[in-house]
Order: sequence, then C-alpha cells, then structure tokens
Amino acid sequence: MSDKKDFRIEDVSKPGKQWAHVSNKDLMPMPPPLDDPANEPEWREITDQAREKYEASLDDTLVLNIPKPKSKEEEQALVRKFLEGLSKLFSKEDNWPFLKPFMLTIEHCANCQTCSEACHIFEASGQNPIYRPTVRAEILRRIYHKYLKPGGQFYGKWLHGDIALNWKTVARLAELSYRCNLCRRCAQTCPIGADNGLVAREIRKLFSQELGIHTEELHDKGTVLQLKVGSSTGMNALVVKDNIDFIDEDTSERTGMTIRTPWDKAGANILLIHNAGEILAWPENAGAFAAIFEAAGLRWTLSSELAAYDSVNYGLFYDDIMLAKVALKQAQAARKLGVKKIILGECGHAHKALTVISDRVLTGDLNIPRESALPVLRDIVMSNRIRFDPSRNDFPVTLHDPCNVVRMMGIVEPQRQILREICPKFREMEPHGVNNYCCGGGSGFAIHSKHNFEDWRFKVAGRKKLSQILTAFSDCLDPAIKKYVCAPCSNCKGQMRDIFRYYDLWEKHSILYGGLVELIVNAMADVKPGYIEWEWR
Amino acid sequence: MDVAVHLATYVALAIFVVAIGVRFLRIRNYPLNLRWEIYPVPHEGKRAAYGGSKMEEVDYWAKPHPPDWIRELRFMLAEMIFIKALFEHNRKLWYRSFPFHFGLYMAAAFAGLLGLSAILELAGTPFEGPEVSRLAVALKAAATVIGAVGFALAIAGSLGLLFMRMTDSDLKPYTHFSHYFNLVFIAAALVLALAAMVTATPPAAPFRKYIASLIAFDLSAPLGGPLTGLAIVAVSLLIAYIPLTHMSHFFVKWFTWHEIRWDDTLNVKGGRIEKMIEQALQYRVSWSADHVRGNGKKTWAQVATEEMPKSE
Repeated sequence: MSDKKDFRIEDVSKPGKQWAHVSNKDLMPMPPPLDDPANEPEWREITDQAREKYEASLDDTLVLNIPKPKSKEEEQALVRKFLEGLSKLFSKEDNWPFLKPFMLTIEHCANCQTCSEACHIFEASGQNPIYRPTVRAEILRRIYHKYLKPGGQFYGKWLHGDIALNWKTVARLAELSYRCNLCRRCAQTCPIGADNGLVAREIRKLFSQELGIHTEELHDKGTVLQLKVGSSTGMNALVVKDNIDFIDEDTSERTGMTIRTPWDKAGANILLIHNAGEILAWPENAGAFAAIFEAAGLRWTLSSELAAYDSVNYGLFYDDIMLAKVALKQAQAARKLGVKKIILGECGHAHKALTVISDRVLTGDLNIPRESALPVLRDIVMSNRIRFDPSRNDFPVTLHDPCNVVRMMGIVEPQRQILREICPKFREMEPHGVNNYCCGGGSGFAIHSKHNFEDWRFKVAGRKKLSQILTAFSDCLDPAIKKYVCAPCSNCKGQMRDIFRYYDLWEKHSILYGGLVELIVNAMADVKPGYIEWEWR
Repeated sequence: MDVAVHLATYVALAIFVVAIGVRFLRIRNYPLNLRWEIYPVPHEGKRAAYGGSKMEEVDYWAKPHPPDWIRELRFMLAEMIFIKALFEHNRKLWYRSFPFHFGLYMAAAFAGLLGLSAILELAGTPFEGPEVSRLAVALKAAATVIGAVGFALAIAGSLGLLFMRMTDSDLKPYTHFSHYFNLVFIAAALVLALAAMVTATPPAAPFRKYIASLIAFDLSAPLGGPLTGLAIVAVSLLIAYIPLTHMSHFFVKWFTWHEIRWDDTLNVKGGRIEKMIEQALQYRVSWSADHVRGNGKKTWAQVATEEMPKSE
C-alpha cells in the first residue's frame, strides 16, 4: 500500500490488495459540530465476496464493478483493448470533441502540482497522493509515451517516466477515473491551462466507448434507460404526467393558486425541462416552478417526448456518444413543439450539457436557444410582477454553487440577486461563486452508493463542502434555529440529502437543503404561507 | 571553427522557427472542440470581476456582447509577465518559477537589444572608440544590466527549481530524467553566457559583434574567445531544444487559454462554427463498445442519431 512518503506512480502496476488507504485519522479536520474525530462514523469494508468478484484493488471502495478476468489471456485481451482505446483518444476522427484540450494537457502539463491544492478530494483525504488530479494524467501519459509512441520502449522512461502496463494498471486507472468529481477546480488554477479534470473524463470515455465499462448507474440505469423509456428515473410519459398531475394538485392546495402544468403545448415560448429526479424526490421543486411561471404569466410547456421531460444527460460524465444522443432527443422535442427556447430547471449538469456542450453538437433547426432558469427567475423576482414578503424567509440561508452552472457557465449573480432580495438572513460560504467547492456528488457520484461508496463520498468527496456549510452556519448551529442550504441543482441536493443524513445534521442541528424556487414561492406574498414545510425528505 | 559555430546558430534558429511553426500548425489544425470554457473569462468585461458570463442574461444569444479585449489583454499581460496563476495558487513554486521565467524574458530582451545594436552598428553608428554615440552608450548599458540581471535571475530560478524537483515530496514522484536534464541544460547554458559576458570588456560586446556577423552573414568573423564560443554553442543548442519539449508551453498557453478556457464563441445558424461541426460529424467512428459499434464505417452523425442496439 502506498503512503505519502514512498508514493511512486510506477506502483499502480504492482500486485497487492489495494494501492491506497484512507483512514479516519487521515481525514481533513472538520469545524464544529463535527470537530471531534472520535465521532466520525467508521468505514464500512468492501465485502470479501465483492473483492473476490470485482477488481477492487485501488483504494477502500469500489464503483465500477469490473468483473475479474478469468484467465491471463482474458487479462491480456483487455489490456490490448485498452491500448486500442487509448490510441483512439489521440485520433482526430474518434475524439474530435475533445482532442485539442486533451492533447494539450497530455503534452504540456508541467506536473507542478498547483492543481492538487485546489482539489477538495485531495485535501479532504488528508492529501492522499493517489487523489492528486495529476495522477491519472501521469499514468496515461507514461503509457502513451512508452506503449504507443514509436521508440517509446527505449526512451519513454527517460523522457516521461516508467510504467508497466498490465491488467492491474488498467483496472486501477479505470476505477481511479471515478475518484474525481469533474468539477474542474484544478483546471481553473493551472498556470499552463492544462485540464486534469478533463483527463479523468476522457479515461471514463475510453473505458465506456471502447471496452463497454461504465457504471450501471450512469449507463444502463442512466442514459440507456432515458433513451429507451424517456427518463433515467424509469418514468415513461404516462407516469410522469400522472406525477405532475399530483404535483399540480398538491401545489394548488399549498399555495392557493390554481396550477395546471401545460403539456406538449405547440407554439409555447418556453419548453421547460426538469431533472426528472426532482419530480420523484423533490416534487415541491417542480411545483414551485409551475407556481412562479404561472404567476409571472409565462407561455411555457413541458414535453412528453422521449428524454425531453428529463434534462438529465449523464453522457456528460462518461461518454460523448450517449451525450449527443440524449441532447439530440431533447432538441428534437423542442423543434417539434416549435418553442422559442428551452429553459433548464435546477439541474447543474443538464445546464452545461444542453446549453454549452451541445452548442457544438446541435446544428440547423435543432440549434434552438437554450438557457438557464436562473436569469429568468431573477428577472421575474426583480421585475415586481410578483409581490414578495421576504419576512417569510426569515431564517439563515446559504447558497451552494453547482460547479456546472457557475464555474463552467459563469452564471453567478442571478441566484444571488434573488436571495439578497427575498432572504434577509442570506450568507455566503467561503469561497463561493466560480471558486466554489463541489458538493462531492458531482459527475454522477450522488447516484452511486453500492458497496461502501457512500462512505468515501461523504468522508472524502463531500467533506470540504460540508465543512463550508457548517462554517457558514457556525453562528446558528442551535437546533432551535432552522437553516436552509439553497442548492439549485438536483444532483447536489441528492448529495446533501445523503451527507446530512449520514452526519445527522437535520435531526441535531436543523440544517435542511432545498432548491431556489421553493424559497421564491415561500416568499410570494399572494400565496398561502409555509411553502417550505421543514420536513426531512 | 568560427564558421561551424555560425552555422550551428543558423541551424538552431531554423529549428526553433520550424518546430514552433509545426507545433503551431498542428494545434491549429486540430478539429473544433466542444465548448469547454472555465470562468472567469476576462473578455466578459465587468462581469469577469466575479466570473460572470453573458449567460446570466435572459435571451443572451440574441443580444450583442462585444468582447472586452482590453480586460483580456490586461489579464494576459499579468499572466505572461508575472505568472499570476502560480502566484495565487502555488506561492512556493512561484518564488522559483517567476525569477526563472522573468530572467528568460530579460535574456530575450538582452538578445533583442543586442540585435538592435548590431543593426545600428552595421548601419554605421559607432559603438566603440571616441566617436561612440549616446544612443550606443545607452544601448550598451541597458543590454549589460538587463543581460546580467536576467541571466542571474534565470540561473537562480533554474537551480531553485532543480533543487525543489530533487527534494520536494510533492514533485519528486512526477519528476523524470528529462526535467532534471532541462533545468541543468538551461542553467549551464546561462552560466556560460553570464561568464562570457562578465569576463569580456566591454561586457556585451562579443555577443553584439557575433549577432552583427550573423546578420551580415560574415561566417568567418571571430567569436571573441573560447568562452564566448562555448556560450554561443550552448545557447544555440538550447534555442533549438526548447520548442521540441513541453517547455514550448510558452506559446501553447495561447491555445489553452483562447481556444479552450475562454472559448465561448456561440454556434449560430449558418455560421463558421456550424460548418466545422457539420464537417466533424462526418468523421468515421471506430469506437467499438456495444452501444457504439462504429468499426470505422459509421459517421458521428450516424452513431448519434441511431436508436439503441437491441442488446442494450
């Protein structure tokens, strides 16, 4: 097992139970009330059966569930396949979407480790060397130079460092690509402009597009389900309509308004696409959108077309082709309705996938304008079209910045303008805005919980964000004071739900999480008070 | 010998230009990448102060957003001259890297001043003797100071970086033979250049005369002593070597910033970007996982639009 002092990249190839280990005593200290390490929950172990069945030799946890090869021949075949995939990452035809940023990172990263200091996972793990953002790129770079470049076997190790390519290397690298939230905070600090976050994604892509290795949550139960049934939640069009009917009834009752969500309304100005997870897990979010849009008099609609009532696009996290397929379906639905624009609800990765990334996928009449709901909501709140009573939100509120909305899209102020207007006790986390930290559920981690992955997700990936939240509420930890973390992103909310439950923060300190639209409706003067019910869900 | 050294410098300069040109064109010819910007983007104007973008506006695509080139230029200059990102995010390294890079810039300025001086001298401006002009005196003094300080800073920086690479536990696992070689090579070439300069009278004269002989194609012009000759050979080799390595990041940075981090150019119907996308969508895909099955026959447009295979 590798520790900080004797860490060597070459050891990724060595046999052994696991390459790295993080124990509770290594973890970054937390502020009160989690400042006593003795109260940190113990790690659960991966079961012997799981270790027997799957490749689990990276660290203390497991995401990918790669079955162990049954023979040396099978191992060698997988290694060969990996090399074929790697060569495709460097090919114009196979990797046009990311060839330039990928090549420039592989060729020009100076390995100065500036990015490591920016990485919340590296920091929270107690600076475990396998979680540096540079590790994955360095392994890949060494393999590339030694095994794919002409003469690499002779000069590769002198120029770029040595590495042995075997099944252990490949399996560990695959798993290691899922120890990064893809938040790209590392890339933001790089003096050269290299992007080690992208490299993690490109490794995931290589494994998905060439070897068919991806997590079940992102692929089979994610993009595939969405393209076959309509949503990664498994809801087909009938079910989602039923659910929205129920939400309309509930919202009408709670607000005193008459809410009837429009479906498939041709010629509407706006096609609103929610993350369908909201409809099931946080129906008050979809209800709040309907209440605000109706009160503001917008001409909007939902679509019941395949994939168009679920803004989720997990392809963003692991696979270019699945990314394009989902985006195309969503754009086709908008074209069919003839809407003027698509508006994305509170889902960070959907924002980036459909607005920014797909900007270079959609052409012709599929290139329908797409924008975030946040500026639309800001304009509604600031325009006096709706009367607000901020005293209804007279409780401490802090704002989590979803990386995909803020760092990747530069949408920073609209949500703050709203909160400053309607939440008198709004306070920022530090740092915030484009310098924010990921919630720890980024890149799809929030929907991964097999084996003991949740332990890693909470103790390591989510630790920095939780520390920020607790610090922001340090003056009001008293459970008698109800507190609200506003997280305008479904994935981030999922992570907060799980991590708050893990550390019992609702029960013991009354820290709740929720979206932005719920706060807006909660402050609407002309609806019944109490839209936020202060119930754990 | 003098002729060989002159020829070596011409070859080194040619390699420098060609290597940069080839690398530049290679990067230039990469296909259009998907948008992958990171904020702040300085050409966003006032919003850039907090990292905001045009996407904070409703209907942003329908409004003009002229890029704020002045702010972008200011950002670039601060980054190029002071390595601001390193200063902000890795101060320990900056203390070594900044003198190294700034020293190299000064060394380049030294070469520029000598080049200007050489041209003036060839044009008849006296640089030595009783007739020496005030301009020549000023240029010589500036070159001497800038050269000496620049070489000293770059040498100190390279040795500092070398020591850090050898001893810092964060950097050691990522340091290869080539890192050590590059730093030792640079330090050695600059030590020779500095030594040749400080032992000459007047200090920068042999280098100026050498540059003048290069400009005049006077290949047999004397080098001004073995130390100067050795320094010229070492620096020539360095000039040829740098663009062949990852140290070419001095110009690659332009691409990583402008064409990736800050590239927020919208794809508009019928525009240049759309044409590039349509071209890329015709590339053949050879990814072979079950959900793709490209096999080098299907295009991107085909794999993106076909329904999921039955086995899924």
